[in-house]
Amino acid sequence: MSRTRTERLVNLVICLLSTRRFLTAAQIAATVPGYEHDPSDPRDHEAFQRKFERDKAELRDLGVPLETGTASIFDQEPGYRIAQREYALPDILLEPDEAAAVGIAARLWQHAGLAAAASSGLAKLRAAGVEVDPQATLGVEPVVTVDPAFGPLTSAARERRAVTFKYRVPEVDEPSTRRLEPWGVVCWRGRWYVVGHDRDRAATRCFRLSRIVGDVRATGRGDAFEPPAGADLISHVARSSGPIARNGRATVTVRHGRAAGLRRLAADITPGPDGDRLTIVYGDADWLASRIAGYGPDARADGPPELRDAVIQHLKELITRHEIPAVTA
Amino acid sequence: MSTVRTPSGDRLGRLLNLVPYLLARPGILISEAAADLGVTDKQLREDLELLWVCGLPGYGPGDLIDMAIDGDHVTISHDAGMDKPLRLNPDEALALVVALRMLAETPGIDTRDAIERALAKIESAAGDLADAPVAVRLPANQKKLAAVRAAVDSGHALRLTYYTAARDETTDRVIDPMRMLMVGGFNYLEAWCRRAEATRMFRIDRIDGFTELDEPSAPPVEAVPHDVTGGVFRPGPELPLVTLRVGRGGRWITEYYPVEEVVKDSAEWLVTMRVTDLGWAQRFLTGQGRDVTVIGPPELLDRIRAQAATALDQYAAPTGLGADPVAGR
Repeated sequence: MSRTRTERLVNLVICLLSTRRFLTAAQIAATVPGYEHDPSDPRDHEAFQRKFERDKAELRDLGVPLETGTASIFDQEPGYRIAQREYALPDILLEPDEAAAVGIAARLWQHAGLAAAASSGLAKLRAAGVEVDPQATLGVEPVVTVDPAFGPLTSAARERRAVTFKYRVPEVDEPSTRRLEPWGVVCWRGRWYVVGHDRDRAATRCFRLSRIVGDVRATGRGDAFEPPAGADLISHVARSSGPIARNGRATVTVRHGRAAGLRRLAADITPGPDGDRLTIVYGDADWLASRIAGYGPDARADGPPELRDAVIQHLKELITRHEIPAVTA
Repeated sequence: MSTVRTPSGDRLGRLLNLVPYLLARPGILISEAAADLGVTDKQLREDLELLWVCGLPGYGPGDLIDMAIDGDHVTISHDAGMDKPLRLNPDEALALVVALRMLAETPGIDTRDAIERALAKIESAAGDLADAPVAVRLPANQKKLAAVRAAVDSGHALRLTYYTAARDETTDRVIDPMRMLMVGGFNYLEAWCRRAEATRMFRIDRIDGFTELDEPSAPPVEAVPHDVTGGVFRPGPELPLVTLRVGRGGRWITEYYPVEEVVKDSAEWLVTMRVTDLGWAQRFLTGQGRDVTVIGPPELLDRIRAQAATALDQYAAPTGLGADPVAGR
């Protein structure tokens, strides 16, 4: 943008902020420097109109609330103005510790787009008189990373527009196309999920953002759906990765001073002559068996029999699956 | 995010901010304002020159933005109605609100009260936009984290009992705490480890115990914090490469661990990853059951077979774990 264009736009903002009446394009052209043209010359007039359209788009892009209306019912042509209360950031008074928190929050993002948005937001707060200490720190600093789908999904959720995207779960080869009414995005245990109404499954579903392949496309118009009132998004994600029932009790003997990882799973450890006897409460015998097998001769499953047999089976399979193939001539 | 601002659009936004910013700080040093706004002194002076010729319709002496520049200081004397910054746009509101929610959820922060107050004020200033469709829940063993945090705050060196997954051992060491941080949903204590004589990241959930020593925490000058923006574990080229075939149920490994290469030309993926320790690789990979088969290096296969064979022997013998340590351990 040239200096003259920037200057024209600043003057346009000041002019539209200062007027209560809607100003038509012709009135604006006659007032704001930079729009001078000859309205009777069709080409000159058309050039003005294009210029004015571009300028309006630029202001809307920046978030300037450009209002359209007519000054009176006799006016044919639409006019423009900017309502001060729509334009201005409401008064905000932050105590020093609150300002420090905002300053730290604005630095959290590792994502370029969000980092830029946070710092331009912070610049507005500074312009409103907030003093931010750039040196302030907290004892614990979260490092926040987001997946590329975060921006489009949060926008769609805010506008209540449906989205489609390709989703790949590791267990399935081909990504499938999903159609979702996104209610919101959730950070659960450091990972991002989107929760919403899956149009094809006709049910509530959550999707992990890191598994979305390619672009998220918003489809249809805004306000296309209404998220359930008081929906607790986190509980939807938590439910689908919730705790599993642990009803089994295993007895495992581990060598003295070995298998620290298994010891950390144990509810009880009793020293014995041939090693330490661990009691491990488990849900899935095969899961525990494969872990015990991973400890090789450092661990032995003593019971129950289903676990012992599963460990033996795993060990046998480990040997056959890890034979070095004979070199073919 | 949704829109990528051009440098020129940035300039317009900056100019709209500049008048209220200066208005709130009469007589501010130009260099101080420039540093605060993230521009050079020269850029800021150019911005001021541009604003000087902008103003209210009429564009006479009483209409234009006016300011007094006294050497290196600047004071706005007429704002032409631009006394307030533009309100937050949706991306700015989202970036600030979500980052504050993230901070408020970060366990072990003792300024939660200030964060909550700041969040409430930002939400109120953002109006409708504050209803960001993003919820945050971070994991934590609050009690343990608070205890570690208090110990770190005491400024003393700590004796730590720590489980090292790479070597599957729980050991004691003396550390000089540096900072606490949260990355990818895990809380870490970064400290100088006197045993390793290097900076180390300790996962809070793997700290099995600690005691505060009388001596102060004194990390040496060479104790430099890690750059964690790319994750905590970033394997270097000096680490051994391991190749595996993973079935559907093991594909999650490629989401949780940094991998060098994944070949997806059949239902079983061919994965190459670097590991800190072959012993860890053996325990971890053989602990995954049928979904993971190691292809190389050959010494790892030899080791897996030998360990599994020795482990099987203990089920043949009526009692006791095999007494001899296994070769290759």
